[in-house]
Parts: sequence; C-alpha cells; structure tokens
Amino acid sequence: MIFTVKTNEKIAKDVYRMTLVGDTSKIISPGGFVELELPGLYLRRPISVCDVTADTLTLIYKVVGVGTDAMCKYENGVELDVLTGLGNGFNVDADTKNPLLVGGGVGVPPLYMLCKRLIENGASPSVILGFNTKDDVFYKEEFEALGVKVTVTTADGSFGTKGFVTDALDAHTYDYTYACGPLPMLKALYERSGVDGEYSFEARMGCGFGACMGCSIPTKNGMKRVCKEGPVFKKEEIVWQI
Amino acid sequence: MADLSVKLCGLTLDNPVIPASGCFGYGKEFSEYYDINILGSFSFKGTTRYPKDGNEQPRIAECYSGMLNSVGLQNPGIHRVIEHELPEMKKYFNKKVIANISGDKIEDYVYVASLIDKEEQVGIIEVNISCPNIHGGGMAFGTDPAVAAEVTARVKEVTTKPIVIKLTPNVTDIVTIAKACEKAGADGLSLINTVQGMRINIKTGKPVLGRKMGGMSGPAVFPLALRMVYQVANAVSIPVIGMGGVSSASDVVEMMMAGATAVQVGAANLVNPYACKEIIEELDGLITKLGYEKISDIIGVCK
Repeated sequence: MIFTVKTNEKIAKDVYRMTLVGDTSKIISPGGFVELELPGLYLRRPISVCDVTADTLTLIYKVVGVGTDAMCKYENGVELDVLTGLGNGFNVDADTKNPLLVGGGVGVPPLYMLCKRLIENGASPSVILGFNTKDDVFYKEEFEALGVKVTVTTADGSFGTKGFVTDALDAHTYDYTYACGPLPMLKALYERSGVDGEYSFEARMGCGFGACMGCSIPTKNGMKRVCKEGPVFKKEEIVWQI
Repeated sequence: MADLSVKLCGLTLDNPVIPASGCFGYGKEFSEYYDINILGSFSFKGTTRYPKDGNEQPRIAECYSGMLNSVGLQNPGIHRVIEHELPEMKKYFNKKVIANISGDKIEDYVYVASLIDKEEQVGIIEVNISCPNIHGGGMAFGTDPAVAAEVTARVKEVTTKPIVIKLTPNVTDIVTIAKACEKAGADGLSLINTVQGMRINIKTGKPVLGRKMGGMSGPAVFPLALRMVYQVANAVSIPVIGMGGVSSASDVVEMMMAGATAVQVGAANLVNPYACKEIIEELDGLITKLGYEKISDIIGVCK
C-alpha cells in the first residue's frame, strides 16, 4: 500500500512525528503496527501506530539507527510502501472502568490511539508517561487534551515526578493496566501494579507478518510471534527474559 | 502466453516458482495477501522430530541488500505438523507441497522422513543438511561428502517420494558434496542455503544476533548462489532447484539458464509478501520477450 508523507516534524530529542496519507482501512486495533519499506534498506521497519483517521496515519518514532535516521529526513510528498494492519493490538473491550495506561519513551505513541478508543468505549483512563529527562518528554499535552489525568515521570527529575513510572502508580486509581515501553519498565510494572493488564513487547523483526519466526519469544503458552500473536500479550502469559 | 510449466522429480509444476522453506511458514500468512495456488509449489517450514523453540533473541539482522537470521528451525515437530499443519494447509493450497525436514542425528532425519513420506499432500521431501543455525546437526551433515551421502542413503531407504537434498554454500567444494548425494540416491538437489555471516553492534561491541552468527540471504548472495547452481548443475544429472537471493523474474531466468529446473524464493517474501506473485506474473512476459515459448527451454542454456 502506497502512503505519501504529509508532515514529519521533531517533537522531542531524537523523536519525530510523521503523518502519512493513504488507505488506513486495515488499521483497526490500537497497539498494532505498520512495516515501512525504506529506499536503500533491505528489511522493512516496524513502527507502532500512534493514531489513525480515515486517510491519515500518524507515527511517532525515535532515531536509533540507519532506518529511523533515513525516515527523519523524508519530506512532504515522499511515497512509501507500507504494510498495514499488523499485530494483534490492545483489547479495548477488556473488563475495566479505570484503566491505567503506562508508556515509557517511544512506547508512549500506541497508547494515544488506545486512550481515545477507551474513552469512546465509556472507560475513564488515566496515563503515566515515563522518560529519562525533560528533553525526551512528548505528548503530555495531547493526552491532557483528551481530558485524562496525566502524570509524567523523568528518571533525573528534570520534569514532572522524579523516578520511574512505577513511582507514580500511587497517584492513580486503576483496575487494569495497558503498557508499552522498555522491558525493565514492563517488568517493574508487572511486579508492582497488582492488577491484570496487557503489555506490548518489541523485537527485531524480519517480515512483521508472521512468516519468518524471527521475533518469537517464549510465553506460558509456548513460543509466540511478537508480530502476529503480539505485540500485546496478556499479563498471565508473559515469561520474562530479563 | 509462454508455457511456464516444468517437470521436477516426476511432478509437473505450473511454474518453477517455489517459496523457500523458512520464509513462507505453512503458507497461511501469505494466503491472506494472495491466492497461493498460483505457486508452482512451496517448501514448508523446516520440520524436526521434536518441537523446537529456536534460538535466543535477536534472531534477525540486516546487511547491504540482504539480511541474516538465526531463527534456529523453530517448529512444532513432525507429529503436530502431520496432525495440524498439513490439514490446515489443505484449506488454502491444493497442490503438492515440498516437505523440508531437518535433524540433529541421522536417526531423526530417518524418523521424520518415514512419517512425512506417508502424507498424500507431500510431493517432494527436501532434506535440509545445511542449516547453519542449529547445534550438533544441520550444516554439519552438509559439509562432509561421506556424511551427506549417508543421510541421503538412509532417508532414501525409508521413502517412496522423491528426495531433494538441500546443500550449504559454506563448504570449499560444493560439487563434491553434490556428487556424493547424487551417488547415494538423491532425486534432486536444492541450493544454496544461507551463507554463514555476522554483524556487530559498534555501540556495544557485541554481536547483533543472540547466537552471534547467522545465515545470510537476500540479493547480496545471488551471484554466489548462481555460481554454485551453475557448477552443480553442470556436474550432476539430477535436477537442481536454484535459490539464494532470487527477487525478480529476471533472477529466476538467470538461475534456470545456469541449469536450475525450478527456483526457490526466500528472503524476498519477507520484505514483500507479494514477491512470488509478482515474479510469476512477470515471468510470462519475460520468457516471451526473450523469444522462448516454453520456460523449460531455457534450463541450462548458459554453457
């Protein structure tokens, strides 16, 4: 599917927001991802979906390697081949009235679309966004504009609450968690939250649509493909690799 | 309309395009993108006696015009494949499939081969003696002509279907191995499996792949693969299935001109789920444009 880059702007240190215009009809569940074919690079790059409308896809990504470095230079009008509708995504129909959305760094973006869908479903979500330092912080205002309570934590205390996302748990009332972020953050939340939830994982992927077994991880129900049965796994099926 | 059909080990394929094992699962994911019945056949995920979880993460790395993998033959084992995957496969693929088998010991190959041989859906058994990603087996069988011949002979003893031996490029002289397999009774040969490679993360000074080394594939290996297909096809009288970096109809033609009877497509499927469909669609026009009526007429024209 061909998408055309509309905007591509820096929103935090090394973090960019790209909007693309194209057929988004296959993007249904929040927490899913797309695979971008980038000129000159062999493997596609999996990027989580931050938001979607009938014809516009919003991606937020951090420059961490050659692929994302190439992406941040694309300007309005660049055409990219995109595989859409990948991954299982979060379950927006989970039994929860007060879900807590916990994001760390570039784990934050998929929670934005999730937050909107949960609100549409009648839930009252609240949000904790964790970053290393104030230059990394993004999307606090965007979440607040949805009318939800947002706590930002920074590891060095330069913005919001000092510490990790788990240090902000007591400031929220919740009966379920949805989380996306680095593995140590996910594990700390898993151990401290005390409620059921869903955790989004990442892995190096070959194809992104279930063919190569490159991204498989062990779960309590056997090996699962992060790209196909994941990236979102239920708390009870997680086996920690750290 | 050119005639794209080829005869491979007694089977007539509608066209020579076959997705390679490990890059196509059991076909289901691709059937969501297109009707995979247009394929000549496909070689399903490498199957072992016992289920395998595969190797530690990360299992995927990138290189110029290609990739490396160290998946390590993750599969549910032969019993689950026969009970579950083969009946499932029937729902979206109605042609004969190629069963790719592997093992840690010769007895494992014999065990898996004898069971898969009874399956009506299986047209050819592809014996993988070349996986670089498993300990104590896999590639070790494919680097010694005597051992390669022994695996071939032992599998041949317990099977009625044609067997194709899948060879590794990670040897000094692939022709010696190929001839040893032919002499031991192989009905065909498929080559090349991935080329052993490595990447290092310069920020950490550590290997990118959890298992340090992996198998390299993609367009970067195509000339190397083509050379080996050419060498082997000119040295044996059994059919050769060419593979290694094939990504276009033109690559298929090159492989066949080098002597391949059919062609497998691997990594290209992973970066473009429509790769084989596009190749098949382009192949017809390309063969006609080159002045041939039948694709089988191009096999081995390059001398």
